[in-house]
Amino acid sequence: MPVTVPYARYSSRSAHWWLGRALGELIRGAGLAKTDVDGVCVSSFTLGPDTAVGLMQHLGMSPRWLDHIPMGGASGVVALRRAARAVQAGDAEVIACIAGDTNQVDSFRNTVSQFSRFAQDAVYPYGAGGPNASFALLTDYYMRHYGATREDFGKLCVAQRDNALNNPHALMKKPLTLQQYMDARPITDPIHLFDCVMPCAGAEGYLVMTEDRARALQLPFVRIRSTIERHNAFPDDPIQFRGGWAMDKDALYAHAGTAPEDIDFLETYDDYPVINMMQFEDLGFCAKGEASAFVRQHRFTIDGDFPFNTSGGQLSVGQAGAAGGYLGLVQALRQLTGTAAATQVAKARLGMVSGFGMINYDRGLCSGAAILERGASA
Amino acid sequence: MTEPLLKPRKKNPVERTRLATRPPGARSRTALGLTRAAAEGRFELQVCADCGSVQYPPREVCGYCLSEHLAWKPVDNRGELIALSTLRHSNDLYFRERLPWRVGTVKMTAGPVVVAHIHEDCAAPEGTGVPVRLTLKLDRSGQAVLHALPAKDTPNMNDAAQMRESTCDPKFRRVLVTDGKSAMGLATARAMLDAGAATIFLGDPSSWKTVAAFDKLAADPRVQVVELDVTDTDSVDRVAASIGGKVEILVNTASHLRDGGILGRKDVILARDAMEVNVLGLMRLAQAFGPGMCFRAADGSNHAVAWVNVLSIHALAALPSRGAWSASMAAALSASQTLRAELRGAGVRVVNVFPGPIEEDWEQLTPPPKLAPAAVAKAIVKGLQDGIEDLYVGDIAEEIRERLRDNHKAVERELGQ
Repeated sequence: MPVTVPYARYSSRSAHWWLGRALGELIRGAGLAKTDVDGVCVSSFTLGPDTAVGLMQHLGMSPRWLDHIPMGGASGVVALRRAARAVQAGDAEVIACIAGDTNQVDSFRNTVSQFSRFAQDAVYPYGAGGPNASFALLTDYYMRHYGATREDFGKLCVAQRDNALNNPHALMKKPLTLQQYMDARPITDPIHLFDCVMPCAGAEGYLVMTEDRARALQLPFVRIRSTIERHNAFPDDPIQFRGGWAMDKDALYAHAGTAPEDIDFLETYDDYPVINMMQFEDLGFCAKGEASAFVRQHRFTIDGDFPFNTSGGQLSVGQAGAAGGYLGLVQALRQLTGTAAATQVAKARLGMVSGFGMINYDRGLCSGAAILERGASA
Repeated sequence: MTEPLLKPRKKNPVERTRLATRPPGARSRTALGLTRAAAEGRFELQVCADCGSVQYPPREVCGYCLSEHLAWKPVDNRGELIALSTLRHSNDLYFRERLPWRVGTVKMTAGPVVVAHIHEDCAAPEGTGVPVRLTLKLDRSGQAVLHALPAKDTPNMNDAAQMRESTCDPKFRRVLVTDGKSAMGLATARAMLDAGAATIFLGDPSSWKTVAAFDKLAADPRVQVVELDVTDTDSVDRVAASIGGKVEILVNTASHLRDGGILGRKDVILARDAMEVNVLGLMRLAQAFGPGMCFRAADGSNHAVAWVNVLSIHALAALPSRGAWSASMAAALSASQTLRAELRGAGVRVVNVFPGPIEEDWEQLTPPPKLAPAAVAKAIVKGLQDGIEDLYVGDIAEEIRERLRDNHKAVERELGQ
């Protein structure tokens, strides 16, 4: 059973509190003893000065397998890959994958100003716009080259907000109309208010184990059909108009023995709408440059013909740091275990989750995706 | 096109003075290679000695062939602006106060892709990129940043708000020339007026001496004479109390230059006199004018911006025939480095000028080539307009600078002959 520790705009707690709560709820929810969890995988931006190691002593855990994945929005998918391999190889039997961050009133500025060496040397001194500025440049290029319009981005944002209204964890509780989207104030041209995610505190988690173990514990489960990851893809592109998925999507579908049309719903990493468009293209749902047409042809709500970011995505749920990289994965697990409540997509059998992370300098470096299938007993 | 800067209105004394903030100044040590180039007005990036590829952002190891042999070299500064954004929000206080602010992505002809400040006269990219020139400048934190400028110069381009932040243009600023009676001081004052300075406070260290050129300059309505003796703390304090709040650029031309080494005499009077003017004078001025300039370092478009020390190339390498004076130059350079650190908190730039020999009374016996004071003054103005921090003026200065890099022991031996 995946868990979500309900998000908060600001928190005076530390990341340890959020991660600890996620782990506690995972263990209690699965009916496990703490010692049954012999593997842990952690992602967090605000855990410093601790790493996953320090967190284990903090939480009194003694895992025989431990990983720390600093890959931002790709963390959820990458953690799943690492954990599944560890279980397959016998390095651990039950692995808790957790991601969480706090958001203190000034922590976002600190995270952004010290995000990476390249960012410190070559991006932050240029207006200190943070991710808004980096994505504004990508968006500017993408709109001009492929003819995407603000209305196209707006359609996705509005659909995600509709989805979020069915998700009690979403921080955005008010409906959003296309007119409101269009009328919003500019933040970093061409990015406007509703193109931006709201940083918040929160945590997400899930367990990875063998199918036999899940059955023995009588837990609903999801099967991994295929996964990919890629880092620093296409380094010679002058500006990012595609992500690593474009290198690996054929392998992703071939390994799963599926095609894009078999996918019942898609959960992408959506810190800005432009990156959703790139994922539609690079994951094979439409050709390069045709995401705008794709957006105009489909409906993205839970009951639409292309259910998309069914929790509301980060744009409407909130961006809880590294937990944002788990949001789509946890939501997909809910969809495929029939526990998505009001956000449930009817007859969801095969879902895709995609991750994207780490604007180290001028572009996002990490990409990953997974095709997941509803478990037989669920 | 950039609107020409308007003459700043008289300050409203009731309004609170905006205090100085600084753009983000943290850099890796390697990235300070950009700062070294910018300080002298050069455009340099790292170039791989093995595969020749140009690197950016600054790296430890070549991003193409993994060679560790990366050298800072002049590179082609042209590029194409391929993406543009106008920030209307910033996480940093300095930029928040200066929004909107243009940034963009430039694909350099030399290879790398850079994020840069984008001059307001650069057109927005349409279907294709827009040609631009990149330049390295020091921002108010004292660190190097890349500015993209239009491919060809445009009218008033140095008046753009972004440029005004990274340069120290004398236009509409009030300038104190500490010794206005020396050849160097007179030339500096004239050059500042020609560059559009609003007012020159012309220091007079010797009211008992009549200098015709000084009197002629003093008749200009933009020039205000102040009696200023940098060896007298009271005198310095009096002037600071009177005009300290108005000085936006201070050029320290006070100088004491005499021939003579160290062994040739039985006293240190010559050395003490040189130190009194060249070193302690600088410190007195700093204590009297520094705090006021820091306070006004973000006060309007003519905020306090630069402190210029006219030193000598012999601050870096002693000329034994003028040994006591050389020691005072080296001491003044050292003091200026401390001053630079102390003023950087407010973003006031310390500019050090290292000329070779100058055509003036006390260098009568120095063989040519000698620099005309007007040429040095012109270089100072140009350096301020370009935002340069270390200025080597003239062939001799540049040659000594080059030879010091090559073999400083050779310079030491040869200057001692």
